Amino acid sequence: MDLQPTDDQLALIEMVTGFASDRFPIDVVRSFGEPNGFDRYRWTELAALGTFGLALSEGEGGVGLDFIDVVLVHEALGSALVPGPLLAATLSAGLVDGVLDGSVLPAIVDIPHDGPIIVEHFRSSDVLLMVDDAGVRVAPSAHAVGIDIVHPTDPTSPVSILGSVPAGELIGGPELAVAWRQRGSLLASAQLSGNSTGSTNLAVAYAKEREQFGRPIGSFQGLKHLLADSWIRTEIARSSVWAAGVMIDEPDVGSVDRAVSGARLTAARAATENAKTCVQVHGGMGFTWEVDAHLFLKRAWVLETVFGSVDEAAEIVARLYAAD
Amino acid sequence: MHLRDSESDAQFRSEVREWLCGAVTSIAEPPATEDWPGRRSFDAHWQGLLFEAGYAGINWPSEHGGRGATPTEHLIFLEESAAAKAPDVGIGFVGQMHAGPTIIAEGTEAQKSHHLRGILTGNHAWCQGFSEPGSGSDLASLRTRAFRDGDDYIISGQKIWTSHAMAADYCEMLVRTDPNELKHKGISWLIMPMNLPGIDVRPLVTVHGSTEFAELFLDEVRVPVANLVGEENDGWRVANVTLSFERGTGFVGELLDTTGVFRDLIALARSTKRNGATVWDDDGIRHEFGILGADLDALWAFTKRNVSQGARGGMVMGSGSGFKVAFATTQHRLGDLAIRVLDRASLSLDDVDGKPTGELVHSKLHAFAISLGGGTTQIQQNIIAERVLGLPRER
Repeated sequence: MDLQPTDDQLALIEMVTGFASDRFPIDVVRSFGEPNGFDRYRWTELAALGTFGLALSEGEGGVGLDFIDVVLVHEALGSALVPGPLLAATLSAGLVDGVLDGSVLPAIVDIPHDGPIIVEHFRSSDVLLMVDDAGVRVAPSAHAVGIDIVHPTDPTSPVSILGSVPAGELIGGPELAVAWRQRGSLLASAQLSGNSTGSTNLAVAYAKEREQFGRPIGSFQGLKHLLADSWIRTEIARSSVWAAGVMIDEPDVGSVDRAVSGARLTAARAATENAKTCVQVHGGMGFTWEVDAHLFLKRAWVLETVFGSVDEAAEIVARLYAAD
Repeated sequence: MHLRDSESDAQFRSEVREWLCGAVTSIAEPPATEDWPGRRSFDAHWQGLLFEAGYAGINWPSEHGGRGATPTEHLIFLEESAAAKAPDVGIGFVGQMHAGPTIIAEGTEAQKSHHLRGILTGNHAWCQGFSEPGSGSDLASLRTRAFRDGDDYIISGQKIWTSHAMAADYCEMLVRTDPNELKHKGISWLIMPMNLPGIDVRPLVTVHGSTEFAELFLDEVRVPVANLVGEENDGWRVANVTLSFERGTGFVGELLDTTGVFRDLIALARSTKRNGATVWDDDGIRHEFGILGADLDALWAFTKRNVSQGARGGMVMGSGSGFKVAFATTQHRLGDLAIRVLDRASLSLDDVDGKPTGELVHSKLHAFAISLGGGTTQIQQNIIAERVLGLPRER
């Protein structure tokens, strides 16, 4: 048993974090949300880092690492709010040509039983990945009719509504759908966990610098307790996300489904609550478009719906505990 | 990163499991909660069995009679002990977890040879005299005085929250030896035998109605200077050396208990009829179980991270405080859910309808022991804010 990152894993996290701050600073993240703002060159740089093929074998053009390493990378990407179809690319690299090197942009949708079919990053995508109980299908995005939403809730996650989905080509059966849902859910949770770190860092930096009543506001206990709680929520979220990641690699140690659903609950709570704290700590400025606090909150709202909601996750954890 | 046992850990787990299986069947039923002499001898007997089998002082260094086990082996031992329903450390807590490690780190050779073996065999029980009525969160303001008189200190003052004082042979004491020095300076760490004249132990009845804590009234108690551990006026540092012994296993026993209560509560919800269905069929109740299950799994993962870090020789700053705050929150929430599951059966502490109402209401109240004891949630939040996040001190 060893549930702390190894030196190699720490180096991997540091590399991705450094890349994100260098190539995806917040003004670049914001620009991805502008009309035609998707910067394909930066996306291929992200791909060239090996991001999407981390867990693929070297023979498949990947890096040959474990799934937990993919989890750690998505945590780092989530912390910097790196935009784009990160999950779609990570799940489909090696199965859909051109995704691994970033030349083909995928969008992904877990087709809902009812209600509108809303897809992130569809407007920039080349292919559409469709997941349902029967399996996974892929179609050129041009075969689907989508209406781009003018005002997405998260300005850096453009969304479209599809009128219907094309038939597409089957690339995997029910087992692949199960695996993608499980892994996609955990990677979204990893990004949520990272998001909770990013918003906490932003809030802490502001609390040290902003002065009121002649002192830094971070010296007041009222804020200290808010920020300490943010840190604790992140540590809890990160613990369950890491454990679930290791369990995908070592499925004999416990219920992977319970771990993945548990990770969604703790990570969604950490991301949404810490981002709210971040807005609150910024005071009136936190309510402005200019300050980045709202970007963390809005991205968290997107991610917590990806491959399962928190309510579904709670139901799964309860049922699996009862069956154990 | 791994969650599987390594080969040697798996081997250790199976040895421990086999031994526990035999040992647990050999012991008597535990005595009643308020039967202090009975509890003392029950816990000492179990500790004696551990000692003979080489499991006493599992995390103590082997040169001081411990097993020198790794943090991971310690975790495995606790997991297997809970699974086998073996007794927990009980009255041995202060001696094994705090006084013993302090004497190992700071005691004289005479103190080590006199005290360590007694703690390991279960023959000596210890209590802790740190908190005072006027010194809780602000422990360093403590005022119990020790005057030097030849080869003795003469101690007068009052201590509170002294656990197991009724059954203890020794007390680890923090006293003020220099009244002119403020706060952390001027405090000394003393070994006080509990049979000395001038010590009055009065039980402190908790919200449970139980008496595991006591108040100590000290009236000119004479303690030899030879019982000073570390230097005079250096007691604050001495009291904190045990922090460096912490390897992430500190709350494992409590977490195992809480996980057990959670599972019992699921079984109770599924078997309790209400409004033509079971309590478990209520979507709102089940949702709350799901959140708590996720939180408990996260707390286990957090524990394993801390133990993994401990195995590398240290703890991440703030991890102990963060765990404690999160655990207290989960405990309180679990207690609230227990009351919802019991509904009006919770009005009785005597078991109703075959339901363990007393145990569940007790565990609800026990949540305060986590959010108050050993530094309140708010003090832990201050520690995290200042030492981890680097926020400026208020004063």
